Amino acid sequence: MKRQLDLFKDIDKTVVVLYLVMVLMGWFNIFAAEITESNRSIFDISQSYGKQLLWIITAFILGATVLMIDVKFYPTFSYLIYGLLAVILVGVLFFGTEINASKSWFRIGGFAIQPAEFAKYATALALAKFIGDAKTRTPGWGLRLKAFAIIGLPAVLIILQNDMGTALVFGSLLFALYRSGYVGTSLLIVAATAIFLFILTLVINEFIIIGILAGITLVAAFVIRKKRHELLQLFGLFIILSVYVYTVDYAFENLLQPHQKLRIEVLIDEEVDLRGAGYNLHQSKIAIGSGGFWGKGYLQGTQTKYNFVPEQGTDFIFCTIGEEWGFAGSFVLVGLFLWLLIRLVNMAERQRSTFSRVFGYCVVSFMFFHFAINIGMTIGLVPVIGIPLPFFSYGGSSLWGFTFMLFTFLKLDSRRLDLL
Amino acid sequence: MLSPANTNYYVKRKNVIIGIILLTGLLFLLRLFHLQMMDHTYKLSASNNVLRYITDYPARGLVYDRNGELLVYNEAHYDLMVIPHQVRDIDTTEFCMLLGIDRDIFETRLQRARRHSPFRASLFERQISKDTYAGFQEKLFRFQGFFVQPRTLRSYPQPIAAHTLGYVGEVGPEVVANDPYYRSGDYIGISGLERSYEEVLRGQKGMRIRMVDVLNRDAGPYMQGRYDTLSVPGDDLFLTLDHALQIYGEQLMQNKRGSIVAIEPASGEILALVTAPSYDPNLLVGRVRGENYRELQNTPTKPLFNRALMAQYPPGSVFKIVNTLIALQEGVINLNTTYSCPGAYFSGGISVRCRSHPGPVDMLRSIQYSCNTYSCITFRNTIDKPGFGSIQQGLSNWRNHVRSFGLGQVFGSDLPFELSGLVVSPDYYDRVYGSRGWRSLTIISLAIGQGELGTTPMQLANLAATVANRGHYHTPHMVKAIRNQNDTLAGVESQRNQTTVDPRHFEAMAEAMHLVVREGTGAFSRIPGIEMAGKTGTVQNPHGENHSVFVAFAPAHDPKIAISVIVENAGYGSTWAAPIASLMVEKYLNGSIERHWFEQRILEANFLNR
Ligand SMILES: [Zn+2]
Repeated sequence: MKRQLDLFKDIDKTVVVLYLVMVLMGWFNIFAAEITESNRSIFDISQSYGKQLLWIITAFILGATVLMIDVKFYPTFSYLIYGLLAVILVGVLFFGTEINASKSWFRIGGFAIQPAEFAKYATALALAKFIGDAKTRTPGWGLRLKAFAIIGLPAVLIILQNDMGTALVFGSLLFALYRSGYVGTSLLIVAATAIFLFILTLVINEFIIIGILAGITLVAAFVIRKKRHELLQLFGLFIILSVYVYTVDYAFENLLQPHQKLRIEVLIDEEVDLRGAGYNLHQSKIAIGSGGFWGKGYLQGTQTKYNFVPEQGTDFIFCTIGEEWGFAGSFVLVGLFLWLLIRLVNMAERQRSTFSRVFGYCVVSFMFFHFAINIGMTIGLVPVIGIPLPFFSYGGSSLWGFTFMLFTFLKLDSRRLDLL
Repeated sequence: MLSPANTNYYVKRKNVIIGIILLTGLLFLLRLFHLQMMDHTYKLSASNNVLRYITDYPARGLVYDRNGELLVYNEAHYDLMVIPHQVRDIDTTEFCMLLGIDRDIFETRLQRARRHSPFRASLFERQISKDTYAGFQEKLFRFQGFFVQPRTLRSYPQPIAAHTLGYVGEVGPEVVANDPYYRSGDYIGISGLERSYEEVLRGQKGMRIRMVDVLNRDAGPYMQGRYDTLSVPGDDLFLTLDHALQIYGEQLMQNKRGSIVAIEPASGEILALVTAPSYDPNLLVGRVRGENYRELQNTPTKPLFNRALMAQYPPGSVFKIVNTLIALQEGVINLNTTYSCPGAYFSGGISVRCRSHPGPVDMLRSIQYSCNTYSCITFRNTIDKPGFGSIQQGLSNWRNHVRSFGLGQVFGSDLPFELSGLVVSPDYYDRVYGSRGWRSLTIISLAIGQGELGTTPMQLANLAATVANRGHYHTPHMVKAIRNQNDTLAGVESQRNQTTVDPRHFEAMAEAMHLVVREGTGAFSRIPGIEMAGKTGTVQNPHGENHSVFVAFAPAHDPKIAISVIVENAGYGSTWAAPIASLMVEKYLNGSIERHWFEQRILEANFLNR
């Protein structure tokens, strides 16, 4: 008995409750999205919602197991786990199964597992270990490069599996690096500018943007015309930005594969291809928009039932929530995610060990990125990138991966006074 | 709290991160508020409308003959569709009465549709009649969940060229799974030109999004049709076929088994492609197709079998054209080479009989009288020509020449399901007799077009075209031009193929074939006013009466038409196939027939029961 009590001792109850609420909400929504015949049971394991129940139960068991493991285990075996996952990622390139054009799955019976989801966990451990061991608040270029390499290796392997969406997720660790001083505020601004200019380039002709940049440069040059040194820097910046804009345009036109290009074009003008990607986005917006304030009620959605939005249970699960639960439900869902994320940020800050803190921020980074990209894409704010909504989307790999991460952090947090 | 200084060094950055998270959440909520509360574009539920996606099926392209005569067009019909999820409170009795079905059938079909998808439209009743449609249209609002989907079906003004035109049917599950264009219930070309030109003929499907209110009434296009895509009708085909010649050919072949293929030598355009017996293409359209298809499949005369492209016969004496040309090319004979004929070819205990004919023959006479002795000698000399070293080499060399005539391989024409015929390689005989167990005498039947040889009627017509062209042929094809929706006509070019035999030898062969019709085995079929060149053949048939074969081209010195005729179980080539070919040529070149008794004899002949 004592041991069982120990298991949950000092575990953050709020996070556990938020986790349970989201997972169960997710399950009910998968049922709503995927149900095809009115008399099917929610427990039918030939259907996705039945399978999801199995995933959920196993995720609970995994979560409990993670809590039982000694807290010292994680920093000790971080690199080992990371190395193991890297080997598996290479293995899947050769022995994996191809699903939706990306060769990133291992198939076991009727279930498919995507090692890339667990690579996030391993990378978070390795990064936390690395930054924790570095014990410096002003990392030099050598340390920074090593940190980037830890993130870059799995990302590259996943790109090789042709799974661009999941690879992009690793970019979110910029937040964790930022908080640890490995990335300065200026780099964050540069990254933001790069993303902003990237999207702008796809919307507006690249020469107009370069023209606008030239205009701004000239005005700025007039303002600082007395300072020759800064003037030089200004013109240098202008040239770099112009080249960047032109390169982005060139890369978009010539290097992207047609389906990748289409996904981005669709964001800009959804009428480009109503049958393909734009059609999904349009359907998704109709479904969400038709929800109104209170929604149509559970299982009462009509749009999501047409099956016109593919990946309804996975990447487009938010449609069902928007349609059946309306703005009220969407508000609750966004609220739950914000609550969980900010709670996790605050928990990360209260860690005494750098390892735990960095790991906490990695969890926040991944979860935030998934949340932002997934919902952003269903409501037409970001390009359609196929990554799941944590705890909601159908699929065991994603649920297991996030459960691992969350419960590991809960365990670390519960022993925060023991770890240094 | 104890905190090492370095961990809290960047603690203010926490606020930046929380700021970004909150900002994103706020942005999402604003966007959602706009989508769900402000923007009424996406709000259908207010009036409880639902969207209905109606596929806009394009009309398939039309098909015309070479003179613009319409061969295939479309007729409108209506499919009754159901969306099971939306079916509620309908008067089943009245519904069943209107449609003329049982209640049980109603329930079964609804159940089947529900299994397919409760939320997507399924076919409930295929091709309802115009009357039923009219009755339904008025009462449709009382049958929630049902709607009518306009479609088109193929129709044929004249019941000709069934095998060439082919037919259209619903796509199978395999195609649906592999080609994203097709949805279950779509039509696709299954055979003939409908198959090979599917992508040209089908056009592009469109999609209309309609709003439907609670009373199953159409509430207009969704967002003024902004998201509708228009269907694009299919492109039209102009065939190389001459419909008058085709009709005439089918008449001549009535009550016979066999085939006529006519080609314009200069272009490779197929003028007529007759397979007998045939069927009325209108039989394989619409809801009666399945039943009629089964019936045709079970007919003993095999009307579905496309003989012109798929029947493979030994060519018989017609093949002497090829063998003689090869012998000339290999130099084993010249125009003056003469052999005497004792009424049969004797060698090594084997004899090949010949028909009685005047005296020793040179190359021209050998074709004119179709002398087997001459053919056997020259064939053996060709295969055993000194310098090859082995019989395998000799036969290989011969086979390469034969294949250059388009024999033993498919043309790759624009018609599906051509067969290649058969021209065996030395390996075949090595397997049968062992590599040292055979010599030229073993395969002597090849000399007279018998044995291990198979040719299709189209290949034989092409052989005639090749001689007409003095040594080359254009790949036979059926489509002359494609007219797209902008009314621009794109011509279809076909490849020119050169044989391995010198044109001057062909000149001699053309002369010999001219002799055949002027005063040789084909003299019975001379056409007044037209110089025709041809070659008769009689194909030994172990299963019954011999097949009658004839190939020809005309006019002999400026060929406009090349033709092959095969009449199964009819006997000599000179008595049935040649007259039919001559009538076709006369019809094509003169437009009418003068030899009425001659025509009558053919029309009345019946070889079906042999
Ligand atoms: Zn003879």
